[in-house]
Amino acid sequence: MTHSASLNQTGEGTTDAPRARYLRIATLLGLLLLTSMGLSLALGSFPTSFVEVGHALVTPQDSDIAFIVWELRLPRIVLAVLVGAALAVAGAILQAIVRNPLASPDVIGITSGAALAAVAFLALFGTALSIHWLPASALTGALLAALLVFLLAWQRGISPSRMVLVGIGLSAAMGAVTTLLIVISDDAAAMYAYVWLTGSLYAAQWQDVLGLLPWLLVAVPLCLTRARHMDAMALGDQVAQGLGVHVLHSRLVLMACSVSLAGAAVAFAGGLSFVGLIAPHIAARLVGRGFARLVPTAALIGALIVLYADLLGRVAFLPKDLPAGIFVSGVGAPFFVYLLHRTRYRSG
Amino acid sequence: MPSTPAKTPRLTGEALHAGYESRRVLDGVDLAVAEGQLTVLLGPNGSGKSTLLKTLARTLTPSAGRVCLDGQDIHRRNTREVAQRLGILPQGPSAPEGLTVRQLVGMGRFPHRRLWRQDAERDARAIHAAMAYTDVAAFAERSVDALSGGQRQRCWIAMVLAQETDLILLDEPTTFLDLKVQVDLLELLSRLAHEHGRTLLLVLHDLNLAAAYADRLVMMRDGRIVTSGTPRDVFTATHLKGVFDLDARVLEDPETGSPICVPTPRRGARPSARPASPTVDRRCIS
Repeated sequence: MTHSASLNQTGEGTTDAPRARYLRIATLLGLLLLTSMGLSLALGSFPTSFVEVGHALVTPQDSDIAFIVWELRLPRIVLAVLVGAALAVAGAILQAIVRNPLASPDVIGITSGAALAAVAFLALFGTALSIHWLPASALTGALLAALLVFLLAWQRGISPSRMVLVGIGLSAAMGAVTTLLIVISDDAAAMYAYVWLTGSLYAAQWQDVLGLLPWLLVAVPLCLTRARHMDAMALGDQVAQGLGVHVLHSRLVLMACSVSLAGAAVAFAGGLSFVGLIAPHIAARLVGRGFARLVPTAALIGALIVLYADLLGRVAFLPKDLPAGIFVSGVGAPFFVYLLHRTRYRSG
Repeated sequence: MPSTPAKTPRLTGEALHAGYESRRVLDGVDLAVAEGQLTVLLGPNGSGKSTLLKTLARTLTPSAGRVCLDGQDIHRRNTREVAQRLGILPQGPSAPEGLTVRQLVGMGRFPHRRLWRQDAERDARAIHAAMAYTDVAAFAERSVDALSGGQRQRCWIAMVLAQETDLILLDEPTTFLDLKVQVDLLELLSRLAHEHGRTLLLVLHDLNLAAAYADRLVMMRDGRIVTSGTPRDVFTATHLKGVFDLDARVLEDPETGSPICVPTPRRGARPSARPASPTVDRRCIS
């Protein structure tokens, strides 16, 4: 971790309790995630036992079960974990930059940009054209939307609150176009678009995992190198600058991390971005403020949420395979209302 | 007043023009911040004193002129290196909910830390010293937003002190605080200058407090410096009228010798034992 423990070593004999608590919680969440992945691997429409799954894992070419485990369930589970982690980290970054606890990747147009591009792709080419191109077009849409919001909000520097306002306006406009496209496209494409918008990991493949993984491998360490800058910026731009933070530069780097994480996650899993709103909050409640502790914790929690949402969608309504987005929202919406209820707004 | 040997000023502004999008505020300001002294910027609202402080603090980039720190243009220097020499406390800072005093003060160590190189012992010493000096150690583990205004401001000053800079700029550090708390803070700040050799530049609103604690006063109006010097020299009825458009008499504190201003109430505004005469009343109504 980039944070040294020195804050609490002032020679007064105070122990570093927050750090110990963080390590404990992160370890617990990590173990919970691993066991949940194991559990998810063993559950599905085709009945499999833990022993069979374990055997299939070590002997990949052996059987039908190996095919189910290696080609159907494992990529989907890994993708769920990566998507959840990416959205959670993207949300944590954004909430810290905007200094508003209700921000999520939605508010700067990422999700609606991806949705518009994906739906436009489906409307233009139908489901016939290789669906492999859908993530690429969604990602392009997400990045373009974020760029547009950024340019429109630019005014001798970037003001987060301006960015949110522009983002909300642009999202509404893109949402309208998306709806229009769904209404005028044929039924099959409209249905597919609808499922995509809800957020689904259906038919995830290793190729998707490999498409998403690089974004995480670059963006998460990069944002962690800026953790202390982020903590300083939480005190306000002027204070941060006084402390020697290059505010604009840091903000651009962190925004780029957030946008690419959210954009990539949405590209492969659709509109699950609610995870980006709630996971950082749960994490903050568990480990407190420091950004370097918040990011890994939020990532683990986001991964768990999407993993369980997808598991529920897969097995709770057999033989139907429901989009994970339904369950993310099902958990997320009440929590969101609860947050609204208890958040005391500070003017800002 | 302690005698301070004249040292070369490390922070200077030369022919500064600065402002915001639609409004030009500073109109050719030259200022050298006196070393080891407490300098106070005074002026009516909109006179440019906060803008000048922000420009000197590199928060604002001047449209013309330049700010020099140790002979180099401050806006071209690495901001972290500047932060190792110059600390700033903006007006009305706000700490995120739940941030503890110790964490806030620890943030002052930012410019001295690197990802790969940290001196935990030196950090701890600086944090400890800053908290002791500002007397906030007693509530080190409490969250900043739960403290009183005066305690909170001491925590922010502790953060700037933990930065261990020779130069400290503070924008209205005493605004909205009780008089007693203002006095305590100014005592603390002037000891920093006089006993620890730090150079301080403050924006203040209270004229008498400024006259009592400043080594040097800089009076501004309409984006220019009208006059500057020791309170004895510049805190005069003429300047108060010229800068603030304030009618006041300036007396001398018999104990400390610092000048005090007593505003002269205009006729009719003065509280009076006698009821105002009917003629005055009629004139007011008409």
